[in-house]
Amino acid sequence: MLDAEPWNSILDAVAAALLVVAALLTLAAAIGLVRFPDPLSRLHAATKPQILGLILVVIAIALGARSATVLLLLVPVVVFQLLTAPISAHMVGRAGYRNGDFDPDSLLVDELAPDVDAARGTELPGGSWTDERAVADPGDDDAGPSKGPGAGS
Amino acid sequence: MTTVLYLIAGVIAAAAVLIVLLRLITGPTLIDRLIASDVMLTTLILVIGAEMVISGHTRSIPLMVVLAATAILGSVAVARFITRAGGDQSGPIAGEDDDARR
Repeated sequence: MLDAEPWNSILDAVAAALLVVAALLTLAAAIGLVRFPDPLSRLHAATKPQILGLILVVIAIALGARSATVLLLLVPVVVFQLLTAPISAHMVGRAGYRNGDFDPDSLLVDELAPDVDAARGTELPGGSWTDERAVADPGDDDAGPSKGPGAGS
Repeated sequence: MTTVLYLIAGVIAAAAVLIVLLRLITGPTLIDRLIASDVMLTTLILVIGAEMVISGHTRSIPLMVVLAATAILGSVAVARFITRAGGDQSGPIAGEDDDARR
């Protein structure tokens, strides 16, 4: 276009570099989707391009158009993603937990398990933070309050 | 140099979409497919934006706004459906399902 002026080509190159970075974030999400073992881990990988990649592309569009008005028009895109991405991630993660589509050994803290036990009405003896495997382990009744906040409820 | 960067970005995005499509096809659970389709929709938004940069126009901005605003609907609806369907296996958690059982 107007390559006589060097400023234009510099802005175009910066915008193109931002596009490359956003594409790399998308590729990282794709690789995470394939490589991670369970759906809840894949949910973590999927959020990488959702906010940061979108912000990079929005900046690239504003740089390519050389217009602050375009940037103002693109602010709702980022705002909508910022508002809705946690909601959908929460719903998907909740569905994944309830279906049991995760590896319990990979969790450091499972804060939802006491609520599940309480809602079932089958509260486990000696604190309800734990799952079935840890209950089978004797002598752990008083030793494990640090495992979860719901101990001794 | 700018054209080369455009080409690199396009190739990377295409490879990412193909990998996500692999997960979308082979995903063992419905939640895997849900997450994969969500990533594909995000990639679509990014590619629409990249096409605006490459072609030098701004006509697709309303499309980006609408996609970003309505991307939540499919995820929430399908996640809610999965929860209802799987509720009998894992038992009720405190919530409206629990109230419905009483």
